Amino acid sequence: MEGLLTDIELRKIKNYILKGIDLNIHRGELFVLLGPTGAGKTTLLNVVSGLIPYEGEVFFNGKSMNHTSPRDRKIGYVFQKLVLFPHLNVKSNIAYGLHSQKWAPVRIEKRLNEILGMMDLYPLADRYPGNLSGGEKQKVALARAIAPSPQILLLDEPFQNIDLRSTKMIRLEFKRLQRDLKITTLFVTHQLPEAEEMADRLAVLNHGRIEQIGTPKEVFSQPQNDFVSSFIGSPNILRCLSSIVLGSGLVEVDCDGIKVIVPHEGERVKNIIIPAKDVFVSSDSPPGPYINRFKGQVMAFQGNGALKMIRVKIGKHLVDAEVPGWMASSHHFKIGQEVYVVLKLGKIMVNEG
Amino acid sequence: MKVTDLKWSAISIISFFLLWEMIARSHFFPSILFPPPCEVLATGFDLLRSGILLKSVGNSFLRVIAGILLGLALAIPVGLLMGWVETVDKLFGPITSLLFPIPGIAWLPLLIVWVGLRPSLPILLIAIVVFFPVLLNISSGVKSVDRENILAARTLGSSELRILVSVVVPLSLPFILTGVRIEVALAWRVLVAAEMIAIPTGIGALMSRSESLLQIKAVMVCLGLLSIIGLIMDWSLRYVEKRLTAHWRAF
Repeated sequence: MEGLLTDIELRKIKNYILKGIDLNIHRGELFVLLGPTGAGKTTLLNVVSGLIPYEGEVFFNGKSMNHTSPRDRKIGYVFQKLVLFPHLNVKSNIAYGLHSQKWAPVRIEKRLNEILGMMDLYPLADRYPGNLSGGEKQKVALARAIAPSPQILLLDEPFQNIDLRSTKMIRLEFKRLQRDLKITTLFVTHQLPEAEEMADRLAVLNHGRIEQIGTPKEVFSQPQNDFVSSFIGSPNILRCLSSIVLGSGLVEVDCDGIKVIVPHEGERVKNIIIPAKDVFVSSDSPPGPYINRFKGQVMAFQGNGALKMIRVKIGKHLVDAEVPGWMASSHHFKIGQEVYVVLKLGKIMVNEG
Repeated sequence: MKVTDLKWSAISIISFFLLWEMIARSHFFPSILFPPPCEVLATGFDLLRSGILLKSVGNSFLRVIAGILLGLALAIPVGLLMGWVETVDKLFGPITSLLFPIPGIAWLPLLIVWVGLRPSLPILLIAIVVFFPVLLNISSGVKSVDRENILAARTLGSSELRILVSVVVPLSLPFILTGVRIEVALAWRVLVAAEMIAIPTGIGALMSRSESLLQIKAVMVCLGLLSIIGLIMDWSLRYVEKRLTAHWRAF
C-alpha cells in the first residue's frame, strides 16, 4: 500500500552547526541519530526536510532535493513539541496534509478511516489537542505525519514526557508500524535505551560530526573513539576460554575463572561484551535468581552527579558498572568493600571471533 | 456569570440608584442640575416617544459600525502582511509607530478641512482611529503564532496561502477579537467627542444641545444609553469570540 521505498543520501552537509555529514540511509530502514543536546541531530532532520539552509547535497532515491521545497519533499515530520494544530480536532489534524496535497474528498475520507483504524484513534477523532494526554498527542502527531503516505519519516525525540510504561508501549507500536509501512525513518534521540531498542542502524553525532555509524550491537560493543565510549560508556569485554552449550539459546562460558551464562547459539565464543550500564552493583544480596551473580570488590569510583562509574574486581577481571548517582549514594560504596555484581543476561553480547 | 456574581451585581446597581435618588430628593443640590433617576427615566421615555432619541442613537450606531468595518477592511490585510512578511513589517512598522500615538480626536480638524461636514466625516474619523490599533493587534497576533505550527504545515505540503488562511488566521483570531472589543469602545469615544464638537447629529450632538439648554435629564439619559450600548456591544463581541474560538481554547 505505501511501499514507496526511498533511500537517503547526504553528501558533505554543512551549515552553522553541521560540519560535513556524509550518510547513506537504506530503503525502509529505521535509522537513529544519537547524540547529546546540541550535537546537530534536529538540525540534520531540518536539512533533510529542507526547512533550513545548508551546503552539500541531499538525495532521495538518487534524485537531488536541493531545489525542492519542504512542501514537495513528501516527508512526514514529527516535531519534538509535536505541534498539533490546536484549533483543529484530531480528525482535521490528521487530514490536514491530505487537504494540503489536494487529495480528492472521497480519497481523504477513505485514508482518514484507514489511519484512524490502524492507529486506534477513532475514540479521539473529535477531540481537540488541548484535551489529549501526552501519549495521545504523540499518536496523533504520528498519524498526521504518516497520513499523506510520505516517502520518509522524520521523528525528533517524539516519545518523551510520558510515563515509562506508555513510552515503551508507543515505541514498540511505532516500531511495528514502521516495519509494516516500510517507511525509511530518521529517528532522533539522546537516550541510549531508545536508540538500542529502535535502531536498525544508528549514527552517533557530536558537535556536528558523525563519530560512529553501525548497528546498535556494533556501536555499543565497539565504540570507535573516546567520545563514543564516554557517551555510551565503554563496554566490559571478557575473554573466554571454553564454553558449554546449555540449550534453548543459552551458553555457559568460562571467562578466566568466572562462569557467565550468555544468550547464544553454538559453542564458538571468543569474548563476551557487556555495556557498563547493564552491570548491576549492590551492597546487599540482590533479589532474583542467582544467574550471572558474582561477588566482587570495589576498586575505584569515577564521576559524580547523575551517573557514577564503579570499577569492581571479580576474580581476575575488572568490570565497570555505570550506576545512577542517587543509587550509588544510597549504597554508601567504599573502596575495598565487598559487593554483589549482576551482569544482565539479556544485555550480554557475544563475539564469536 | 455565576448566580452569586449576579446577586452582587444587582445589589451594587440597585444601591447606586437608591443612593442617587436619596441624594437628589434631599435637595442638597438644585434639582435642575442633579435630578433623581426616576425623573431621568421619565425624560428618557419622553425622548423615546418623540423619536429623537432613536434617531440620534441610530445615527451614531451606524457611524460606529461603518467606521469600524472600514477600519478593519483596511487594517486586516495590511496587518496580516506585516505579521507574515518581514519586509512589509519593516516598511510599515515605523510609519505606524509615528502615527499611532496621535489621539483619535486630533485628526478631526484636518478631516473637516479635507472632507468637509459630510456624513462620511465621522466614519472616516473612526476608521482612522481604529486602523492603527487593529494593525498592531493583527500583526502581533500573527507574530504570536508558534512558528513551528507554520513549519509543520509546510512539511505537510501546505502552500503559503493555505498556511495563512488555515493556520495563521485562526490561531491569531483570539488576539484580533480581543483587539476589536477594545477598538469598539475607542470608536464610541471619538465619535461622541466629534459629534459634540462638529457634527450636528447623533447622540453626542443631542447631548451638547441638551447641555446648552440645561436639559440635564436628557444629558443623563444619553449617558445611560451610552453605557448600555457599550455593554451590549462588548457582550455580543465576547459571544462571537466564544463561538469562534472556545471549542479549542477552553482547555
